[in-house]
Amino acid sequence: MNRLAIFGLIFVALLMFIALFAPVVATHDIGATDLLNRYAAPSAEHFFGTDATGRDIFSRVIYGARISLQVGLTVVTVSAIVGTLIGALAGYYGGWVDSIVSGYLLNVFLAFPGLLLAIAMVAFLGAGLGKLILALTIIGWTGYARLIRGQVLKVREYDFVQAARALGASDTRIILQHVLPNAIQPLIVQASLGMAGAVLAEATLSFLGLGVPPPAPSWGVMLEEARDLSTLTLAPHALIVPGVAIALTVLAFNFIGDGLRERLDPRQRARG
Amino acid sequence: MNLQPQVSNANPPLPVHAQTDTGENALLSVRDLKVHFDLGGGGVFDKLTGKGERRVVKAVDGVSFEIKAGETLGLVGESGCGKSTLGRSILRLTEPTGGEVIYKNKNLARLSSREMRLERRHLQMIFQDPYASLNPRMTVGQIISEPIETFALAHGQEKERSVRELMEKVGLSARFIKRYPHEFSGGQRQRIGIARALAVNPDFIVADEPISALDVSIQAQIMNLMDKLQREMNLTYLFISHDLRAVRHVSDRVAVMYLGKIVELGAAREVYEEPLMPYTKALISAAPVPDPEKEATRQRIVLQGDVPSPINPPSGCRFHTRCPFMVAECKSVEPSLVEIRPRHFAACIRISPSEPHIETVAPGATPGLNNVSSIQKQ
Repeated sequence: MNRLAIFGLIFVALLMFIALFAPVVATHDIGATDLLNRYAAPSAEHFFGTDATGRDIFSRVIYGARISLQVGLTVVTVSAIVGTLIGALAGYYGGWVDSIVSGYLLNVFLAFPGLLLAIAMVAFLGAGLGKLILALTIIGWTGYARLIRGQVLKVREYDFVQAARALGASDTRIILQHVLPNAIQPLIVQASLGMAGAVLAEATLSFLGLGVPPPAPSWGVMLEEARDLSTLTLAPHALIVPGVAIALTVLAFNFIGDGLRERLDPRQRARG
Repeated sequence: MNLQPQVSNANPPLPVHAQTDTGENALLSVRDLKVHFDLGGGGVFDKLTGKGERRVVKAVDGVSFEIKAGETLGLVGESGCGKSTLGRSILRLTEPTGGEVIYKNKNLARLSSREMRLERRHLQMIFQDPYASLNPRMTVGQIISEPIETFALAHGQEKERSVRELMEKVGLSARFIKRYPHEFSGGQRQRIGIARALAVNPDFIVADEPISALDVSIQAQIMNLMDKLQREMNLTYLFISHDLRAVRHVSDRVAVMYLGKIVELGAAREVYEEPLMPYTKALISAAPVPDPEKEATRQRIVLQGDVPSPINPPSGCRFHTRCPFMVAECKSVEPSLVEIRPRHFAACIRISPSEPHIETVAPGATPGLNNVSSIQKQ
């Protein structure tokens, strides 16, 4: 596995650890303001300095990782499960099931730019962590469904699937035992890339005020709050730290995805 | 000559070519089976203008035969003649478009998928490619026990015992029960596939090119294994292969297929030694003989051209485009399987029971034509 992917793995592992043990790792109360100590530069007391209301940026970024990973994991897990189920049914049964799922449902979803649809949905449902996750899942499952449908279309023609039918296995058994285990590999790649997408989408929506509402320390919210002239000039770290956190997290998941893709696809491995 | 199938009189009269009764205890009878694949019309613009011609591949087009309990029926033909599709459609792995497959007074072609699933206990299949036909993510034990589980034939200890017995029966050591397919050679994998088919104790097995993917030295082993199992378990085989020597070796009777139709059917020895159809003659003459003296004098009948496309097969006799004995009528009259010799059927209008040798029939004569029309008058 390449170095970038290893960096990605280490970074994500670290991030998970930090997110899990955020209360221990954080040095300050994330809500505690300190108006006497606004725009403080990084120091031993405040590792990443403080923001416009004197809150500790280090602690807020730590808790931000919690939100990002929570959104990412939930969105990816739920969309992957829903997408796999729908995609597998469409691919396996074909015919009218497939025409409805891939002919109409998938095409309609794919016709909209994903983020725009999410914005519309959040605007409709209202802001909040749960609603954000719901919106991202609704736009997210289509990619998995399309991927799995294609894989299942291929795998269901394999002789061993035909053999299972000849042996009297039920459709459920064939799909769960024979088709999916042999079709699901690319899903791992898609899921790690999906994590990156979900983290970014959460930050974007929160930045736009459509995601997690302030004062929750989402990275997107932190960016949005630092978006004024005095912060930019007096405390650029308030902007840089959450920005770098987003960039590194997204990159790390993308590196993992690329590394996995290379590893799982022998043709790419030979070339690389 | 007229051997009416004895299954049921309530059925509508059979097409003439269905009368290929073996005369006794047929285990399975296939009647006028058809498998057509619709390729759709022409292009988008043809559809818009309504000019598009629907293109249909007639992979199996009106095939009838019967298989006696305990026999091996060989099915030979060139690649693409529909022999595999025929085998698969009998087991409903490919849905037949029309016709009947009668097994124990049930028409398999009409059963609901649930009813068919229950019948699969008695009808099994051995696949061509031993690498593709085993799930790479299951152990040998899991693969062989799957049919035992789906039909709830045994559980726990008992299940494992029968898996071990099956492995020993097909010549695999039961020690390998926890291994994965990729750890085995092609021949061993084919044995796993056979053990899996036998797990439900079936009556009938479609063996679709079971030895084609194997080394020659392994082919004989697998054929001998199948032969041994047939005697031990009273199995009936439909043995599909393009390997003429293998088919002769294992078959009691042989059916020759050409472009979706059976053109000759009879006892293996007769079909090989006294073939009736020009196509069968050419096919058999093309196979090398392992005796150098005989091989030196072997007369080859070389056919002109390639097999025509099954999308728009030739009219009349489908073989007429390549047949050295073709006359004008061959283009228009579709020949039926006729019993030329006792229990030896051929579909050719240029021969008849009284004139079975096509080489000696008067030029231009079509003795079989009267035969076709006389039967059709019935």
